Amino acid sequence: MAILVGAETKLVVQGITGSEGTFHSLRNRAYGTQVVAGVTPGKGGRDVEGIPVFETVADAVGQTGANTSLIFVPARFAAEAIYEATDAGLALIVCITEGIPVRDMTLVAGYLRGHETVLVGPNCPGLISPGSANVGIIPGEICTPGRVGLVSRSGTLTYQIVHELTERGIGQSTCVGIGGDPVHGIGFIGALERFERDPETDLVVLIGEIGGDDEERAARYVSERVTKPVVSYIAGFTAPPGKRMGHAGAIITGSSGTAQAKAEALEGAGVRVGRTPSEVAELVATTLP
Amino acid sequence: MDLYEHQGKELFAEHGIPLVEGFVATSGQEARDIAERLGGKVAVKVQVQVGGRGKAGGIALVASPEEAASAAERMLSEGFGGTTVTRVLVERLVDIAEQYYAAISLDRSEGTYLAIVSSDGGMDIEQVAREKPDALRRVHVDPILGLRSYQVRHLVGHLPREAREGTATVLNKMYEVLAERDATLVEINPLALLTGGVVVALDAKVTIDDNALYRQPGAAALKDTFPIDPVEKKAKDAGLQYVKLDGEVGIIGNGAGLVMSTLDVVQQAGSRAANFLDVGGGAGAELIATSLEVILSDPSVRSVLINIFGGITRCDLVARGILEALTRVEPRVKLVVRLDGTNAAEGRRILMEAENEHIVPAATMLEAAEEAARLAGAAT
Repeated sequence: MAILVGAETKLVVQGITGSEGTFHSLRNRAYGTQVVAGVTPGKGGRDVEGIPVFETVADAVGQTGANTSLIFVPARFAAEAIYEATDAGLALIVCITEGIPVRDMTLVAGYLRGHETVLVGPNCPGLISPGSANVGIIPGEICTPGRVGLVSRSGTLTYQIVHELTERGIGQSTCVGIGGDPVHGIGFIGALERFERDPETDLVVLIGEIGGDDEERAARYVSERVTKPVVSYIAGFTAPPGKRMGHAGAIITGSSGTAQAKAEALEGAGVRVGRTPSEVAELVATTLP
Repeated sequence: MDLYEHQGKELFAEHGIPLVEGFVATSGQEARDIAERLGGKVAVKVQVQVGGRGKAGGIALVASPEEAASAAERMLSEGFGGTTVTRVLVERLVDIAEQYYAAISLDRSEGTYLAIVSSDGGMDIEQVAREKPDALRRVHVDPILGLRSYQVRHLVGHLPREAREGTATVLNKMYEVLAERDATLVEINPLALLTGGVVVALDAKVTIDDNALYRQPGAAALKDTFPIDPVEKKAKDAGLQYVKLDGEVGIIGNGAGLVMSTLDVVQQAGSRAANFLDVGGGAGAELIATSLEVILSDPSVRSVLINIFGGITRCDLVARGILEALTRVEPRVKLVVRLDGTNAAEGRRILMEAENEHIVPAATMLEAAEEAARLAGAAT
């Protein structure tokens, strides 16, 4: 069943009546995802091309059996939307919203520690299990079903690498965008753990970038717990220290968070690190069992 | 957003953190007047957004108003570490008994805060951690619970008895700044115990979360006080993610990760990027045109590389945007264009049929980087 999303996913979209919310809900549905409900406060009772809109997530869950939420609400209301979805008992929350204050995300992270709910994002493209479900904004056309799992901090860089894999005839089990914010939900380790258990995944591609130490922690996890081969790409070798490179979390602070240190940590854990997106695809092709 | 020391201290004052008396000067004359008012013996401190001022001559301890004036003039005219200096902070000199270090910052991996107190202040904290680990005490602060009194007792427990209460008070107020002002870093180095027994913040390093500026109007208003490169300003005004770099290939791409990757590939091809520019998702003709204007206004650019992977962004719209831009700006350099993903074939056809002499199509990211590097080299 790949990981996190699949044929059993029943999606409720928070912020479905906004332009992005509507556009991507319909795209996700056209891909084959079961989009069962939407939520926009003040617009309950309407529908978006046949998708019923509710006042609260709890109502949506009660009426439709939704088990996964996709969030498009503006940054200043996004933390509230995550709390609401958590309290409604959803198993998975995918938050696309960019620009959520860090303070809000620390409180969200603290709250989630006491719950079973898994958060993907924020500031992420979402995730896709090719052929069964697309939850978020990843263009489904570039993916093809297969046995490579991907986890990434970046959107378009993921598309680039997925595209190169697809061109070489290599399909994907699930592609997970964990997002570019400093404080986020599921990380590399959470994804690696699930890919390791997933019988439909044979190899994992880990796409990192400058900032923080998520890649170093992932490297330790790989050396201790992961038996499947891992191939990696790190962006930002030429990024100067102290400058935020587009993503809120992509910044080298002092001497920590460099691409060099991350690549070395991963190579030390037996991960093959490609120097370009194409080289990553070639490494996958030669490494695949 | 990193605040200047004096701006951080103004925040501290609002939260009741004890400080040394001081004022901002923008000229030698102002520094002299302030020094006179403070009794002559003062510290003159350059106001910049980078650390390590002490070692690099950014702080002058002087004994008279005349010396304060000349120190301020030197700092204002010479700049500091390559950045312009528009102001200095002039503070009364105090008798320091001991120096400590205190900081509360975001621990991004844990999604919590980390509070650290060192009994050895005034030094680089990473050096203290390596050489004297016993001087450091640290606790993780749960953002929901906040900084608790037992944690504060632990943090100050290795300081001399007379410094503990004052430091504890400062720590509680530092956490207040962090939580109420949306800071991701509040650091005081050094935190000083004065000979009179008072604990004061001699420095202030505060970083405010850019994402929270909408609800921090005071901090948002400070944005314009920081020096900014003119090209960078133009890009920011247009809503583009732009960082000036020191190479010669101008870069336009979509998505932060892909653009970072493009910079790396250009370096592997033997050249260097002049900038980071992310047009974001769903970029249309208008945004592409503005981006090109921004890039071409940088005189160090010798070739341009446009690297688009269409997801939500449609390559045919990007292609039209490039042609539209070329009617608005006369490029003095070649544009290497690589389009892939959504509607890429259509985008490539549009560019091909335009037969514009400035456009050089490329099939892959690597090929595009090599061509842009070659053109930049040939143009010098």
